[in-house]
Amino acid sequence: MSFEPKILGILCNWCSYAGADLAGTSRKKYSPNVRVVRVMCSGRVEPTFILKAFEKGADGVLICGCHPVDCHYAEGNYKVMRRIPLLKKMLSQLGIEDERVRLEWISASEGDRFASIVDEMTEQVRKLGPFPRNGGSNG
Amino acid sequence: MAKLKLALYWAASCGGCEIAQLQIGDKLLKLAEAADIVFWPVAIDVKYKDVEAMPDKSIDVCLFNGAIRNSEQEHMANMLRQKSKILVAYGSCAYEGCIPGLANLFNRQLIFERAYLETPSTDNNDGVLPQTNYQVPEGELTIPEFYDTVKTLRQTVEVDYVVPGCPPEERTTWLALEAIIEGKLPPKGTVITHNAKAVCDDCSRKRDVKKVEKFYRTFEIIPDPEICLLEQGLLCAGIATRGGCSAPCPQANMPCTGCYGPVDGVIDQGAHFLSAVASVIDSNDPEEIQRIIDDIHDPVGTFYRYSLPDSLLRRARIK
Repeated sequence: MSFEPKILGILCNWCSYAGADLAGTSRKKYSPNVRVVRVMCSGRVEPTFILKAFEKGADGVLICGCHPVDCHYAEGNYKVMRRIPLLKKMLSQLGIEDERVRLEWISASEGDRFASIVDEMTEQVRKLGPFPRNGGSNG
Repeated sequence: MAKLKLALYWAASCGGCEIAQLQIGDKLLKLAEAADIVFWPVAIDVKYKDVEAMPDKSIDVCLFNGAIRNSEQEHMANMLRQKSKILVAYGSCAYEGCIPGLANLFNRQLIFERAYLETPSTDNNDGVLPQTNYQVPEGELTIPEFYDTVKTLRQTVEVDYVVPGCPPEERTTWLALEAIIEGKLPPKGTVITHNAKAVCDDCSRKRDVKKVEKFYRTFEIIPDPEICLLEQGLLCAGIATRGGCSAPCPQANMPCTGCYGPVDGVIDQGAHFLSAVASVIDSNDPEEIQRIIDDIHDPVGTFYRYSLPDSLLRRARIK
C-alpha cells in the first residue's frame, strides 16, 4: 500500500479556520491528509505541540494564522512568527526535514490558497516518507 | 531501629555526582549513623557478584547517577532495581541524559569513527574499533556493548524519585537524604527540590520587560550584575528550569543552563525554553527575526543541554 502522510493542521479560529471552512463550503477539492485542530490564536501554538504531534503519529505539521497586522488579538501571530524559524533551526540539527513543519498565513477569504497549500505540503511530505518515530534508531 | 542499607552507583556520568554526595560535609556523619553503605564503586570495594548475591529488595535505597549508554549500565540498572526497595535517579544524567545525552546527535558508528579514527591525536592505522568479543590466546575478552542511543534511567527501569542537578546542589542532596533517613519521603515520582517553581523565583535580579534585539554568547559581553540576564540578551534557561538550587549561576553573573530540568507540568524542557526565548525577540519582521535567530548558534546544545534523551524526539535522525 502506498504511503499516505498524516498532516496535523493547527488553525487559528478567526482567519485560517474560516479560510479552511470556505474551502469546504465552496466545494474545493483537496487532499484528505490534513487533520485540523482549531486553536483560538496561532500564538497559542507552542513548539511542544509540534514535537508531540510527531511523536503521536503526524508526518507533517501545518500551522496557519491570520496575516501579519490582522491578528484578532493584535500580536499573537507575531509570537508564532518568531517561534517557528527557531524551532526549524533546531529541527534541522536533529535531522528533521524542513518541509515537515510549515507556517502559513491564511485569511478567511483564502479558501483556495488553503486547499492548494494542503495539496502541496501533502505531496512534499509523501516524498519524504513517514516521520521516523521511536527515536529513529534501533539501539 | 535497624540501620538503612544504602547503595550508590554510577553509569554514564563524569564523577561530579560523587563529589556532590561528599559535599554534604559533616552531614556525612549523620548519614553514617543512619545507614550502612553496601555498594559504592567509587569508594568501597564491593564487586558486582556481591551485589548479585544480595537478596531481592535487600537494599533500602539506591542513589543511581549516570545515563544508560551501554549494556553494562543497563544490566546494573536492572540489577539495582531488583535489589532495591527505593531507586533514586540522582543527578541530571540519570534523570534526563545530561551532557552524555548530547551523543544522541550522533550514533555509535559516527561516535566510533570520530573517537577512534578521525581525531587528530589518534594513531590507528589499522582502523581498529571496539568489539564486544575478541579472541586472544588466553581466551575470549569481552567488553560491554555500546548503544546507538543514550537512555535515561526512567526509560530503562522504574524509578521512585528524582534528585535533579548537574550535579545536585548540597542542599538538594541533603533534602533527599534527610527524607530518606527520617522515613518522610514524598509521594512516589516526586522530583525532590526546595522549589518546584522556576529558577527565576530563586533569582534576585531585577526583572522588567523582556524584549531582545540581539542574543549574545557569554564571552561576548559582561552583563550588568543587577538586571535579568535574559533581558540583556543572554540565553538564560532559568525561565524554563526548576528552581531549588538557589540560583548560584545567575548570582555569579552567568546564565542558568537548565540543569535542574523542567518545572512541574512541562514535558519537554527544551521546547519550553525555545518557546520562551522566541517570544522575547523584539521584532515583527521575518527577515530581522531570522537575523536575531542566527545569533543562536547551537539550538540543541542550548535548549536541550541536559535533556535531549528525555525530550519528545529523544535523538537526532541520522540518514
